[in-house]
Amino acid sequence: MRTLFAALACWLLVVPAALAVQPDEILADPALEERARDLSKELRCVVCQNEAIDTSNAGMARDMRVLLRERLVAGDSDDDVRDFFVARYGDYVLMNPPIKASTYVLWFGPAVVLLLAAAFVWRAARRRKATVTPAAALSSEEQARLDRLLSDRDGT
Amino acid sequence: MRQRLLVYLPLLAFMVLAGYFLWGLNPDRNPSIVPSVLIDKPVPETSLPALAGLLQPGIEPASFTIGEPVVVNFFASWCIPCRAEHPLIARLAEQEGLTVYGVNYKDKPDAAFAWLEDLGNPYHAVGADGSGRTGIDWGLTGVPETFIIDGEGVIRYRHVGPIDTTILEERILPFVETLR
Repeated sequence: MRTLFAALACWLLVVPAALAVQPDEILADPALEERARDLSKELRCVVCQNEAIDTSNAGMARDMRVLLRERLVAGDSDDDVRDFFVARYGDYVLMNPPIKASTYVLWFGPAVVLLLAAAFVWRAARRRKATVTPAAALSSEEQARLDRLLSDRDGT
Repeated sequence: MRQRLLVYLPLLAFMVLAGYFLWGLNPDRNPSIVPSVLIDKPVPETSLPALAGLLQPGIEPASFTIGEPVVVNFFASWCIPCRAEHPLIARLAEQEGLTVYGVNYKDKPDAAFAWLEDLGNPYHAVGADGSGRTGIDWGLTGVPETFIIDGEGVIRYRHVGPIDTTILEERILPFVETLR
């Protein structure tokens, strides 16, 4: 029974990843196939909404997967393959936008906002500290009463 | 004074957000349209055999540099919007006197031939792109898509989706005029 569960668990782990890539697409060379799988996770299916060609069942995604493997077999480097698709579909085809002048806001904007917020909070905290005036010292009368109360409590 | 200006900060943030939403929810904006990187670039190297059954040549690289604007329309017999825009493609070729090439995208040749027999063949040449490779070279995201190429073989305009009368009269024809 446990082996059955283990087998089922393995099957569940393996199957979703293997759904889109058809057996006839897979390259004979395991090293090339691994590069192809890694690259296909970085390339966007252009007819889907935010899905990589690796997991998409769209016909266009399949065509792109096959083409990508052909480029690798022809001896292209990973960068060559990326450039090949970027030349046709623009940066949009990359799942991760490249870091360049037009995407600085996208990549660094959140960090800048976080730093600004931290600076704002730090300044506000400092100002509050400065405005809180320390309580005035007790008068001699008050001090005497406090001493009396404390000594009373100690006594009982 | 600075405190008073700070009071307007939430209002400013709201206005920036509202402007963003106004842009994002605009019904004319189609988020699935991928901007083409091929605009103002030379036509990708394209050699396609003629669609089987037609008495027309296929498409050669030289087909795009004929000294006058060329319209390239990607279509398929299985594509319903292509059927809808077909009369307007015919109008471009027959009434507006433009050279229009068809690229038959991932189609069965006999189905495409029957489709053109049925609806009429407005194209000056039809290339068969059975594998969809030419489509990828052109940055295609679906059919129909229509490109306008100037006389020197440079892509100048791209329309994603079916052409309707408004698009034809307000965008495509005026654009072609600027190229002539």
